Amino acid sequence: MANVLIIAEARAGDLRKVALEAVTAARSLAEQSGGGAVHALLAGGAGIGTKAAPLAEYGADQVLVLEHDGFALSNPEALTATVASLVQGGSYGYVLCSATSHGRDLSARIAARLGVGLVPDLTGFAVEGGAVVGQHPINNGKVVATLAITGTPAVVSVRPSAVQATPAPRALATTVVAPAADPAASRVKVVELKQGNTGKIDLGDAPVVIAGGRGLKAAEHFALCDALADAFGNAAVGATRAVTDDGWRPHSDQIGQTGRNVSPDLYIAAGISGAIQHLAGMRTSRTIVAINKDKDAPIFKVADYGIVGDVFEVLPALTEAVKAAKGA
Amino acid sequence: MKIAVCIKRVPVMEVKFAITADGSRYDETGLKYDINDFDLWAIEAALQLKEKAGTGSVHVLCLGPDAAQEQIRKAMAMGADSGTLLQTDARVYDGLAVARALATELKDGGYDLILFGRIAIDSMNQMTGPMVAELLGLPVVTNVFKLDLAATTGRAERVLEGASEVVEFPLPAVLTIDDGLNKERLPSLKGIMAAKKKPLDVKPAALGEQAVVVRSMALPTERAAGRIVGEGAAAVPELVRLLQTEAKVL
Repeated sequence: MANVLIIAEARAGDLRKVALEAVTAARSLAEQSGGGAVHALLAGGAGIGTKAAPLAEYGADQVLVLEHDGFALSNPEALTATVASLVQGGSYGYVLCSATSHGRDLSARIAARLGVGLVPDLTGFAVEGGAVVGQHPINNGKVVATLAITGTPAVVSVRPSAVQATPAPRALATTVVAPAADPAASRVKVVELKQGNTGKIDLGDAPVVIAGGRGLKAAEHFALCDALADAFGNAAVGATRAVTDDGWRPHSDQIGQTGRNVSPDLYIAAGISGAIQHLAGMRTSRTIVAINKDKDAPIFKVADYGIVGDVFEVLPALTEAVKAAKGA
Repeated sequence: MKIAVCIKRVPVMEVKFAITADGSRYDETGLKYDINDFDLWAIEAALQLKEKAGTGSVHVLCLGPDAAQEQIRKAMAMGADSGTLLQTDARVYDGLAVARALATELKDGGYDLILFGRIAIDSMNQMTGPMVAELLGLPVVTNVFKLDLAATTGRAERVLEGASEVVEFPLPAVLTIDDGLNKERLPSLKGIMAAKKKPLDVKPAALGEQAVVVRSMALPTERAAGRIVGEGAAAVPELVRLLQTEAKVL
């Protein structure tokens, strides 16, 4: 039996989808290790405590609320100190983070602070004799390593979308937690959060991603992707490295080997040839649609559905069809 | 400005990997190696900072096999002044074990800045930089794609999923460098010649106990072959039907 502490990720005062996936993953860890409690640490500025309910709905037995102005923007130093103190004062077998930019950073700090191992970015896992044995993509996702971690607590991070968030309702139980280090004393200070220029749905959380490549020919033509994203209503727009290098889209929108990994339910690649560097960041998407003029483009090899055609014709037609389907 | 850059020798990824018969690792036969992409940008950042300051040094630190001297020499050919190889033949997947060995080596170096690439594209661990910072008690900023340094402080922008953060930090500090900060220079012929004479220290890596071990390796399951739904806008209704009824994502 092992209790699990998860770090529930929030951004700009709102819980991220990955936080609920983390709760589901933690429930699985707890149950596979013979039953245990799942505690979710929710840190943020004023009002973050009111966002705790979904964590209980997805299976957190306790929500540890760290509500403090010093966490309105991310504060990894003070958060690391607080997590370390909770772990040292509690009885956690596992500490679980989402393998996002913040979660990757935080999990490394926590593991080093506690002097314990970390298995990162798991796409699947099981508990065998108390040890977490998990799958971690390596070599740009071209090989999958099965890693085993020993020691207590074990720190793990789980790849976004690898676990489907599943409701497991509990009565909401919250505990107020004080920061273990003065948040104002952190040496590294986050002074601003810049949301991407699509702004609406976070690329890492969006169930649908519309990605554009060089085939769109100019920055302004990304309006076609934005329009399709609007038609879906739950979509974010991403881009290839060529596009972000040219400054057509912000750097943070890059998907691929040198950008972000995304794994949405639906990935629509528009005017993307499918270089392996790009495929490395999206090939685990559930359903992939490719639209490209070149019928021999490598993107069609990973796409479930392909349309050979001009993005300037197909995207507007698809936008109208999606609007019609959503309206129906 | 005294800068250390931690680099890694990684396989060139434009190949189809094979798994050994015992399923324990990927076959290294015939693989080519280079400096990890992100580490090239860390080296470039260090060189630019030194050039801008007009003074200082760039030291390269690498944990890896003896052959990784090639990668240290390449970094020197780009302009790094000196290098250390922490030699091991082990394929280490425990990031904390690596971080401890690096931290021990860096501890008394008096560096103003210690740079890492954001992630090594082979292990994809993305943890060594912040772990070293933690072990050394230094402030750390990960995923840096914009950077401005003053004498004793810095300002950076770090990339998140579809967003970014602007951060301020004091020196000395650890930074992990992301794509977008710069484009690495190619070694010049003159640089390659000069690199041969630069000091390269080789010592055994002090790897302690490892909490993370590889059980097995496998190739990812291939995606089932897809299909071309049709050509041009005329194929859209059929695509939408498939997304609704077959993929059930609309």
